Amino acid sequence: MAIKEFEKPTLKDYTSIPPVEKDATSHLAPFKSKEEFQSSLGYPGELVDNWQEIALDKMGNLLKKYRSLRVYLDSCMQCGACTDKCHYYLGTKDPNNMPVGRQNLMRGVYRRYFTLPGKYFPKLVGAVDFTKEVLDEWYSYYHQCSQCRRCAVFCPIGIDTAEISMAAREIMDSVGVGQKYCNEIIGKVHKIGNNLGLPEPALADTLEGLEEDVKDEIDIDVKFPLDVKDSDVLLITPSADFFAEPHVDGLIGYAKVFHQAGISWTLSSHASEAANFGMFIGSYDNMRKLALRIREAALELNVKRIVFGECGHAWRVAYSFLNTLAGPFDFLDSRYPVPQHICELTYDLMNRNVLKFDKSANDDMTLTYHDSCNVARGSNMGDILGGQFSVPRDIIKATVNNFYDMEEESIKEKTYCCGGGGGLLTDDLIELRMKGALPRMEALKRVVDDHGVTHMAAICAICKSQFSKAFQYYGFELDQIISLHQLVGNALIMNKKEL
Amino acid sequence: MSFVTIFYVILFYLAAIILFVGLGYRIYEYTIIPAPLKIPTPPAPKTKQGVAARLIREVVFFESLFSATKWTWLFGWLFHFALLLAAFRHLRYFTDPVWGWVSWEIVQAAGHYGGYVMVFGLLGLLARRVFVDRVRYISSPSDYLMLILIIGIAVSGLMMKWFQTDIIAVKQFFLGLMYFKWAELPTDLVLLVHLSLVALLMIIFPYSKLLHAPGLFFSPTRNQTDTSRDQRHISDWAKKIESQK
Repeated sequence: MAIKEFEKPTLKDYTSIPPVEKDATSHLAPFKSKEEFQSSLGYPGELVDNWQEIALDKMGNLLKKYRSLRVYLDSCMQCGACTDKCHYYLGTKDPNNMPVGRQNLMRGVYRRYFTLPGKYFPKLVGAVDFTKEVLDEWYSYYHQCSQCRRCAVFCPIGIDTAEISMAAREIMDSVGVGQKYCNEIIGKVHKIGNNLGLPEPALADTLEGLEEDVKDEIDIDVKFPLDVKDSDVLLITPSADFFAEPHVDGLIGYAKVFHQAGISWTLSSHASEAANFGMFIGSYDNMRKLALRIREAALELNVKRIVFGECGHAWRVAYSFLNTLAGPFDFLDSRYPVPQHICELTYDLMNRNVLKFDKSANDDMTLTYHDSCNVARGSNMGDILGGQFSVPRDIIKATVNNFYDMEEESIKEKTYCCGGGGGLLTDDLIELRMKGALPRMEALKRVVDDHGVTHMAAICAICKSQFSKAFQYYGFELDQIISLHQLVGNALIMNKKEL
Repeated sequence: MSFVTIFYVILFYLAAIILFVGLGYRIYEYTIIPAPLKIPTPPAPKTKQGVAARLIREVVFFESLFSATKWTWLFGWLFHFALLLAAFRHLRYFTDPVWGWVSWEIVQAAGHYGGYVMVFGLLGLLARRVFVDRVRYISSPSDYLMLILIIGIAVSGLMMKWFQTDIIAVKQFFLGLMYFKWAELPTDLVLLVHLSLVALLMIIFPYSKLLHAPGLFFSPTRNQTDTSRDQRHISDWAKKIESQK
């Protein structure tokens, strides 16, 4: 299927709220998952005949398992506070991309089959029959939500559209309508251990190559250990860190930090993926199975700590869910939080003066920082209120001389998604991704114009990949997006004595 | 007793049962459905006291709505706050002897002027629904009717300033309902309209979006503590999955 040409949004000096344009992106939908990937996750291979009955059963089941879903479907007063908060609405103008518009696709069905007024007065309360057309709309628009939860911050009741889109995806999977990108990837992790399907020998080879590269560059033997038992730290990092740009520069940064601090660490070939795509499809079972690989690796390698690399959704699952899904982690060193973020580790070492930086190493750049949505709204760092915002910024300020934040409405808990999160980082959704990046690109353009910002740092693999594309699309350079730990790696004063 | 009185006695008993049983059942349902994962949004408090403070800020000031849209906040907050003032004023019909502070001049006056503020706030919310294209798109007939219903309650209540009724008798009627000593209800049209609309609101409450009132307290993004690394937060159904292993 060819990707249709689409109109390119222009970057404005301020982010404006567009007028509603019905069905502006109703043509968008990601490729569907093939039978083999569906069945490997325990879902039917294609749309089952009695899908409506099964879907409604599943919905009833989820309504009893998730208070969020039930309360959020009941409680919306359609006040409209969220209508201008979604980056996909701002970029596409499609009213079904307003958070409440998206929720109402499920709320209409909920009201029709699960509430009294919807049963008897459907038109009055906007209740709809669950027809094939509605299912198709679900497939389209519940895959135009990156589950970034910006809307949930502004909602007076705290309604979290991500909870609803996750439930919708699980309901669709249960009747055989799955998304290719997510389900194929989850299958690979179940089978091999990472999103890329990179087997152990290839991984070992890649890491060896990195050791040589670093040695060539700085003449220090920085190790990238794999499956080394009895290490202090098990590093769980997104597989993109192994060779995608600019991700890999972040991985080199972590390795330099471990090296300089004298912390023994290892990667695992069994759990060689931080990202947990089980969350994207709303599947507790899949999310738990993926999380258990990390527990298994930690036990097998007999480590004392688990540290996560730069990966936004991974960090949400790690920080907020890992203990629940795969805990208790009482076999690890209780002096450290489980799990810990690489930024927390670096921050701690920096504060204890174990790491010293030469900021001038980054003087060729003027930085801004993109708060990745799942870090910002689904986690914390350093057990400080707002630490997920301050810890990365403090590291940046310690490693560079020139730093400017983007405007307040677009950072911290109000940050915009990059446009590719939540299982949408796939080329079949490129139109959505580029349009969804618009609010971030506009905010970036303003600091570029006002302060001469040259680079944007991020701590999420998806953000980095997405921005590499979006930057080129909107007239920036693809290498203007960098890993936070690339800055750390550049500025870190390395001790050559140990040679 | 007149037919009108009998009708309203039955109507209000019915409405009260539906409101309290219906709402009670909803709250019971919300209580027993687990929240299997920690999903608080920032700034997420670490302690239960912090959660209480957060919920109080949401209930009293509509904190999140304030950060979202000032107009909706202004109209919405004015309406709710004025509704509270009006409710205080009405307590005199349900307490005998009237609670001291309810009879204070300032409480009674605030309740009266609160009625006008309610109408102002509600008209503002209605205007948003009509004139803002995004809000118009999401509005179903029930969204308009709900606003019109509450405007009707407020306006009919205010109209009693001019179409006066025997409020002593009205009070006897409601005390009678409460203590099962039924008394005649005056049959002034404006009063009957006012009471009918109130009963209707009570009836639809547990079946409508008015559930946002209890909903806020059960919203995991707002009522959870941010302690996921410190302690496991596991639901009963998730425990069952674990034991299957």
